[in-house]
Amino acid sequence: MKMIKTVLAATVALGLSQAVYATELEVTHWWTSGGEAAAVTELAKAFDASGDKWKDGAIAGSGGTARPIIISRIMGGDPMGATQLNHGKQAEELIAAGLLLDLTEVAEKEKWREVIKPVSLLDSCTVNGKVYCAPLNIHSWQWLWLSHKAFADAKVEVPKNWDELVAAAPKLEAAGKVPLAVGQQPWQSAGVFNVMAIAIAGMDSWKAVFVDKKAEVATGAEFAKVFAAADQARKMSAKTNVQDWNQATNLVITGGAGGQIMGDWAQGEFQLANQTAGKDYTCLPGLGVNEVISTGGDAFYFPVVKDKEKTEAQKRLAALMVSQQVQVAFNLKKGSLPVRSDIDLNTANDCMKKGLKILADGKILPDVNQTLTPDTVTQIEDLIVEFWNDQKISPADAQARFAKIISAEK
Amino acid sequence: MAATQQPRPAWLKNMSAKLASIPMVFTALVIFVGCTLWTVYYSFTNSKLLPNSNFVGLDQYTRLWETNRWLVSVENLVIYGVCSLILSLVLGFLLAALLDQKIRFENTFRSIFLYPFALSFIVTGLVWQWILNPEYGVQHLVRQLGWTSFTFDPLYNADIVIYGILIAGIWQGSGLIMCIMLAGLRGIDSEIWKAARVDGIPTWKTYLWVVIPMMKPVFITALVLIASGIVKVYDLVVAQTSGGPGIASEVPAKYVYDKMFQAQNLGQGFAASTMMLLSVVVILIPWAYLQFGGKRRG
Amino acid sequence: MAKSETNTRLREGARGTKPSKAWSRRNIFIYGTLLVAAIYYLLPLYVMVVTSLKGMPEIRMGNVFGPPMEITFQPWVKAWSEACTGINCDGLSRGFWNSVQILIPSVTISIAVAAVNGYALANWRFKGAEVFFTILIIGAFIPYQIMIYPIVIILRELGLYGGLWGLVMVHTIFGMPILTLLFRNYFASIPEELFKAARVDGAGFWGIFFKIMLPMALPIIVVAIILQVTGIWNDFLFGVIYTKPDLYPMTVQLNNIVNSVQGVKEYNVNMAATLLTGLVPLVIYFFSGKLFVRGIAAGAVKG
Repeated sequence: MKMIKTVLAATVALGLSQAVYATELEVTHWWTSGGEAAAVTELAKAFDASGDKWKDGAIAGSGGTARPIIISRIMGGDPMGATQLNHGKQAEELIAAGLLLDLTEVAEKEKWREVIKPVSLLDSCTVNGKVYCAPLNIHSWQWLWLSHKAFADAKVEVPKNWDELVAAAPKLEAAGKVPLAVGQQPWQSAGVFNVMAIAIAGMDSWKAVFVDKKAEVATGAEFAKVFAAADQARKMSAKTNVQDWNQATNLVITGGAGGQIMGDWAQGEFQLANQTAGKDYTCLPGLGVNEVISTGGDAFYFPVVKDKEKTEAQKRLAALMVSQQVQVAFNLKKGSLPVRSDIDLNTANDCMKKGLKILADGKILPDVNQTLTPDTVTQIEDLIVEFWNDQKISPADAQARFAKIISAEK
Repeated sequence: MAATQQPRPAWLKNMSAKLASIPMVFTALVIFVGCTLWTVYYSFTNSKLLPNSNFVGLDQYTRLWETNRWLVSVENLVIYGVCSLILSLVLGFLLAALLDQKIRFENTFRSIFLYPFALSFIVTGLVWQWILNPEYGVQHLVRQLGWTSFTFDPLYNADIVIYGILIAGIWQGSGLIMCIMLAGLRGIDSEIWKAARVDGIPTWKTYLWVVIPMMKPVFITALVLIASGIVKVYDLVVAQTSGGPGIASEVPAKYVYDKMFQAQNLGQGFAASTMMLLSVVVILIPWAYLQFGGKRRG
Repeated sequence: MAKSETNTRLREGARGTKPSKAWSRRNIFIYGTLLVAAIYYLLPLYVMVVTSLKGMPEIRMGNVFGPPMEITFQPWVKAWSEACTGINCDGLSRGFWNSVQILIPSVTISIAVAAVNGYALANWRFKGAEVFFTILIIGAFIPYQIMIYPIVIILRELGLYGGLWGLVMVHTIFGMPILTLLFRNYFASIPEELFKAARVDGAGFWGIFFKIMLPMALPIIVVAIILQVTGIWNDFLFGVIYTKPDLYPMTVQLNNIVNSVQGVKEYNVNMAATLLTGLVPLVIYFFSGKLFVRGIAAGAVKG
């Protein structure tokens, strides 16, 4: 693996020194861990091969770290050539201020509206009929990862859905296991909550609240069930003494915890520990209740630059990112799903194939980041993490506060 | 001092000093006053990702003081601040005084106390997170030694989590305070010690009644250094607990950054930082007036 | 206990009484306390070093205090020369010289400016100086993230945005409050007679500064160096916000190694990377520490 990386780096370097006339584009992103870097290398390779030059500006840490840097560079009048941002409501103001490049021409030429599936990804990039970003991949949150070892130790069958996990919880606890591992970081419990909301309240109620922001649904019976389930979940996870999400995943791998609700990136941890899906662990999309996945993901935006040459290079890079060849190469390395359905991913593993099938069946929902403002998302995070860790807050109180946040969103 | 040069015309007086102070004046006026006014101005708007001028009156402040997380943050800051201030000063002075006893290995000990200051907060937080983790840290170790009912899990207990952060904070920062104190002790004239000894005053009394009062400027430096660090404490909390369990270890600076950059609500972040600044000003202005403005040396 | 030292006291450094017997109660107290404190300070270092020498499978087993069963230096090698930052897999080594290039002018200029400020404030007070100084001190309490955007605008207007000197200016500005306070208070505690004597001899602002004040300020310069070297060497945010990838400091790589959001976290590499990054400040602490003693020697001449 390391060898390959070194060789890749060397070839990239060679490619760079040859392409003297190429246009150089600085690209900012936050993919820095081993697997992520390998995926980015695919992008860079493809871009360099097309005759331009990829200049890497990787900064780890999505929200709090990278965002001020990206915005500063754009404000400072000396922006990078392209930058990663979660697609959704984040970039609207930059677009309104005329700071981002209009990619409509590229989108039409490359027929993005036809090839990009689900088309909602493109909609998230579209403001007033114009396309401003190139979607690159789909990440979904709706996965319940279950440890076969933990259930064998507790002498219970591996659950097939959320309810069975709840039923098995007392036995897991009796065997000294944490039924549901949830790390302390706020985004984790908030993520779990969102997954449960979709699985338990169902697609329609979820949409009514998270898309249409109907407060009466948020206070209604369906969401009362969600909060009741979250109440069970917080009790099941109360003994998780870890912070990071992958420490929690590690509990599942070692059999110290029954399960974990976490996005598809958890897959990498299982692979690294040489575990096989179906044998050592099970992945249940949509908690095994409602097999849907949310289609969050990453997209690239291209700040407006003065240099005409660069603008052309930006458009070339945008087209390249959505191209079939890059979609396959990138997503296989990244472990995420491609944004177009007309390609073949036969080397994908079992869990990824499950995801692809759900995607093909069209059982999809937008990601929370696409439907709510970041401000609302963080307010919900604050509420859920407080609820999760403070048993004194009753489900009913939390629901009332939740509904208030939803109704305040304009 | 300035009083010694009466005869020259007023504007010429101290010309060199005035010229030399241009960078300071620029920083004070343009950067600190300018940026503060900028921040206060935008705290009355509904700026989101970029600053804009849609005024919303006091809305941001109303929301701020209705937010549970902010209230918890302020409370934590007070507890953390008081403990950290006292412990850093006491520990810093004690270690400096001990190092100043003509001991062997002074360099080694000084480096040991100071090295944590060189390490990044991100990993400092991670290491302390491990050490304080009940399953593989100190609690585990003590239980293995046979004391099975021993419980020590500050980071996972909402009531005491802030003290878990304090342990790491003191560890990281007290070495520098020790160095400042040591510099101060080395600046004390050795005649003072001789005189005290001739008078037969015990060492500890000399420290308490002679040396410490003489080191007042050094203590003020240390105080400002610690206090400004406390107000800005952020990385350590992020690395150790991310504000958890729940919101039990949130701090104001984290609220400000999260609102500005995570939530993309600049207005709310600016409102919170304006409140922080306001409380600092309320505490500092009278003190600064007494300290610097009121009297003159010489 | 303190009977006969008054005349035997040497003037090379520490005050206090001279140790008479190796096992006196006083010595047991001093060394005992120092050793206990040393354990508190060293424990995390031990954990870091031990972890950095373990392989990932051993870390997953979760005994943080246990010595490594199989010592491996791979994490150190990886942190220094193999860890990836995006497409560049050359570890911390990538940004090392950039960091040095940023560190030297930033530390020198910020300390020089602050020393002059402190000297002017302590010895050459002019009308209004204290007002600016008070503003500076309050400035020390402002979370610097607040000022990111306005400073971007200021640097853009000055034409310094994106380059080394813009960053040096930012470091000088943010170091100024504490450093100025440090020097002002130190100079204020130096006996006034020295200054007056020099004035009588006809020395001016700069003459007194270079000939008298600066040599006496060595201990506090050490503190200033410690403060600035650490702050600037470990700075991540300003380094990325006010420069470009060509000039990114080493901490960008450190952050990328340690702070990845998704993907696998390699704790052993994290620890090795942190220790490696910390080496430069540590070396500087150790060598500058000797100036503490020299500072006193210089101070002793004054008597």
